Amino acid sequence: MSDDATFEKFRACAVEVLQVSPDAVVLEASFSKDLDADSLDLVELVMALEEAFDVTVEENEIEGVETVGQAYDLISAKL
Amino acid sequence: MAESDTQRIVVVTGASRGIGAACASAFLANGDVVVGLSRSRGTTPTGAEFVTCDLTDPASVEDAFDEVTNRHGHIDVLVANAGITRDQLAIRMSDEDFSTVIDTNLLGTFRCARSALKRMIRQRSGSIIMVSSVGAFMGLPGQANYAASKAGLVGMARALAREVGSRSITVNVVAPGLIATEMTEVLGQERVEAMTTQVPLGRIGQAEEVASAAVFLASAGARYITGAVLSIDGGLGMGH
Repeated sequence: MSDDATFEKFRACAVEVLQVSPDAVVLEASFSKDLDADSLDLVELVMALEEAFDVTVEENEIEGVETVGQAYDLISAKL
Repeated sequence: MAESDTQRIVVVTGASRGIGAACASAFLANGDVVVGLSRSRGTTPTGAEFVTCDLTDPASVEDAFDEVTNRHGHIDVLVANAGITRDQLAIRMSDEDFSTVIDTNLLGTFRCARSALKRMIRQRSGSIIMVSSVGAFMGLPGQANYAASKAGLVGMARALAREVGSRSITVNVVAPGLIATEMTEVLGQERVEAMTTQVPLGRIGQAEEVASAAVFLASAGARYITGAVLSIDGGLGMGH
């Protein structure tokens, strides 16, 4: 899968779970400030991403993830 | 009767008898769709659906909630009622008697709540009602394991209430006292009569009286109640 296709799949998960517009899901977007996502939203998103990409994310890996770019890097590094 | 779009889907664990069966009947009478989860259908009320579930098996629990979701698309209410006793004075109680009760009553309830919450969080609505016991607060000799499991539900319910409050999901506990069920019958008539003298209302309670509290906590009128413990014990614990 190309990087673009991977990001589109990532974006689709974020749009569905966080109920935001696709345009808002950009690498520099902050989950809390720009996407109005709380910790429960983030866990939900991670669970959706785990399912969509068939990867496993450990709890300690989620700590410190604040932006879409950081979350995307976390997932894409596992592919 | 065909399921309508507005009917709520209510999952009741341990619906095959006692308080669980009474809860199933009460929600059915309320016009809800009820799915009973237990090891066998037992005397799960007519009109309620049934899904086999072993609460001590995480995969079985998740499968059961998948089955409910596949059938109905959503889950609106969970009444986590299933529980067992392995009474024995502590000095003669085995680790196994203790852990078996915890595994079903506390961990089993957690497994159900986890599966239900995954779905309710998406819906941004839902009610969970956990069935504790007066024994959690007052203790009864021979019930170190049972009391621990039922007291554990209160802390768990309150932690969950905080976790999912932002999603308009409520998590509450009912604490039945002396209720006429098979679980009480094993205590023996003499002990029940002695305990009844301690009940301000002077009588044993009926399972239907617990069920009506569960129906209330899941109702539209109770949406601002979460993390609460509602005693249904004739005043035995005075609200603890």
